[in-house]
Amino acid sequence: MGFSKDHLLARLQELQIDYSKYEHPPVLTVEEQAKYVSSSEGALSKNLFLKDKKNRYYIVSAMTDTKVDMKVLSQRLGLGKGGIRMAPEEALSELLQVSLGCVTPFAVVNESARDVSLLLDQKFKNQALCIFHPLSNDVSVSLNTLGLDKFLQSIGRDSVYIDLEANPVVGRDQPPDLAVYVPSNSVVVPEFPTKTASIQTASKNVSAEKTKPVASAKPSKLAGNVKSAVEDSALLVFKNPEKFVEEILDKTTALLLSEGKGENVTALAETFRKRLTSEFTHLAVMYKNTAYSQGFYAGTQSQPKRP
Amino acid sequence: MEVDKKEEIASESSEEQVVNPWEVSAKDGGKIDYDKLIDQFGCQRLDESLIDRVERLTSRQPHVFLRRGVFFAHRDFDLVLDAYERGDKFYLYTGRGPSSEALHLGHLIPFMFTKYLQEAFKVPLVIQLTDDEKCMWKNLSVEESQRLARENAKDIIACGFDVTKTFIFSDFDYVGGAFYKNMVKVAKCVTLNKAMGIFGFSGEDHIGKLSFPPVQAVPSFPSSFPHLFPGKDKLRCLIPCAIDQDPYFRMTRDVAPRLGYSKPALIESSFFPALQGENGKMSASDPNSAIYVTDTAKDIKNKINRYAFSGGQDSIEKHREIGANLEVDIPVKYLSFFLEDDAELEHIKKEYGEGRMLTGEVKKRLTEVLTGMVERHRMARAAVTDEMVDAFMAVRPLPNMFE
Repeated sequence: MGFSKDHLLARLQELQIDYSKYEHPPVLTVEEQAKYVSSSEGALSKNLFLKDKKNRYYIVSAMTDTKVDMKVLSQRLGLGKGGIRMAPEEALSELLQVSLGCVTPFAVVNESARDVSLLLDQKFKNQALCIFHPLSNDVSVSLNTLGLDKFLQSIGRDSVYIDLEANPVVGRDQPPDLAVYVPSNSVVVPEFPTKTASIQTASKNVSAEKTKPVASAKPSKLAGNVKSAVEDSALLVFKNPEKFVEEILDKTTALLLSEGKGENVTALAETFRKRLTSEFTHLAVMYKNTAYSQGFYAGTQSQPKRP
Repeated sequence: MEVDKKEEIASESSEEQVVNPWEVSAKDGGKIDYDKLIDQFGCQRLDESLIDRVERLTSRQPHVFLRRGVFFAHRDFDLVLDAYERGDKFYLYTGRGPSSEALHLGHLIPFMFTKYLQEAFKVPLVIQLTDDEKCMWKNLSVEESQRLARENAKDIIACGFDVTKTFIFSDFDYVGGAFYKNMVKVAKCVTLNKAMGIFGFSGEDHIGKLSFPPVQAVPSFPSSFPHLFPGKDKLRCLIPCAIDQDPYFRMTRDVAPRLGYSKPALIESSFFPALQGENGKMSASDPNSAIYVTDTAKDIKNKINRYAFSGGQDSIEKHREIGANLEVDIPVKYLSFFLEDDAELEHIKKEYGEGRMLTGEVKKRLTEVLTGMVERHRMARAAVTDEMVDAFMAVRPLPNMFE
């Protein structure tokens, strides 16, 4: 499991970093947090956990009144417009090992977050004290940025402060100024197969915009996360027999529920064959390819048999 | 082997249509005349009887591209089917020139069709990535063209090829050994004058270009792949490709008998139109001329709505009266490529052509179909790891290739 808040606070003490601790009921938003921790204690922060299309993750920690324009940020990182979005919930728990409402610069203390890029608002530097959650949303901690820098250094990280409100031109002769902070490694976050995106190429009933929820009692995700969630789970579907079977049953039952009303069973069976054969064959081929590739790789690594 | 923009070949401008591996342009900026092309090249039309034969031999519905005449021409496909019926198998050969990372739907077409052929006939496949060609023609560095080849390989694999029956290779990796020996044999049979005549080379072109055609020719010969087809020198080869690649294989078919090899058979497709219409050119520098496999659902919807050339009339009243011009309408054209259901396509053509259905509806349906395709491709692409690429590209035997 990840670092606990006590662990973290103990570490701050070890490093002789001054901080003040405020306990309060769990808060999920900055507004709620502001009720319990007044601005006299320090500058509150808003913390965004973001992901780009190539599975690279970022924490952006800013003053609450700093305007963070995602489109501009995306361009400055060299990801084009709209190349960055909020990371899905699983990534929060898998990579940052914190719960909702708890994104904080401190989360990078976890090994699992080693490839997450941390971008800090340079306006923090003008504040005497800044407030962050120490890995738990029922506590807030205020400290000076020097303290935060010291902590980050202790885990081998450089503090990166940027002007989040800047909007520099990005073009052929003006390379994206933040591109250097894009992580060199992407991370795959395994996902629970809620499968809200039921992708039926031939289905007449699914419109392009709305993703038809799979007809089971699973909660649907935020639309923005669906695409990245689907891509991440793609890897598991092709590797794991259970997920593979689940994907097949999800698609079949979805089709059954959308087409099955009043159809006679023989006609329904025909429809199934017609609509699902090619898609499932494609799925199966990718499954086979994945298994073969894993075996092939294992073969290259295996020791020759002892005589 | 994609259609690329013209480089520096001197061509008869808008007098005649020009179709070769480096240029495709219609007469007077109009449409390509495929009948004339078939005449000019000397290949055959793929007629109904051949399609029926395919259905019989494979016990499944022929691929949508066959039913809709996307793959419309061939050389010796009938002979390949004759041999297949007798129990003599064949192998497939197709390829891609990896000039860019961004693949659009037009690029996928030959691969989608080849995948169907592999599954339907249960035959092996070699895929050539001509990184050397792009290095020479597009002036890319060797490293960049190799990198693009690997990236493109991932999208190709995502089309659903079976790793136990598919060998992907890049020229920079594979040329040598038996492959190179065949290249030299072919090169000896083609004079400089002939090459200049077929490919339009001139004294200004560097010698790399002149020596390239054998590279694309020899995958047609099974002896180029001793690890795959040992002792099977008479194995036939079928090449699915776009019709602009025909010159390479005319040359190959000319040379083959002189080397004691079977002539490769071809099955050829027409060109995939740009969003802006038949006369537009799909170009990597204009992202709005095509739908890319990296486009989001939103991108696809926008591109179709804003840029897909419509054959609908200017006003609703006029449209309801005259109906749409199906000849130039891009959404209907695209649907004829990608909408599997024949009945639904007919219905749309009838309703739209007679003015009862509006452009918006057709575009909406197209957006659905394309979004589904692109999403499915993206999911499969996400599952392609570097290990998988290595496995596909490893020089290894394929013991189950005909199963």
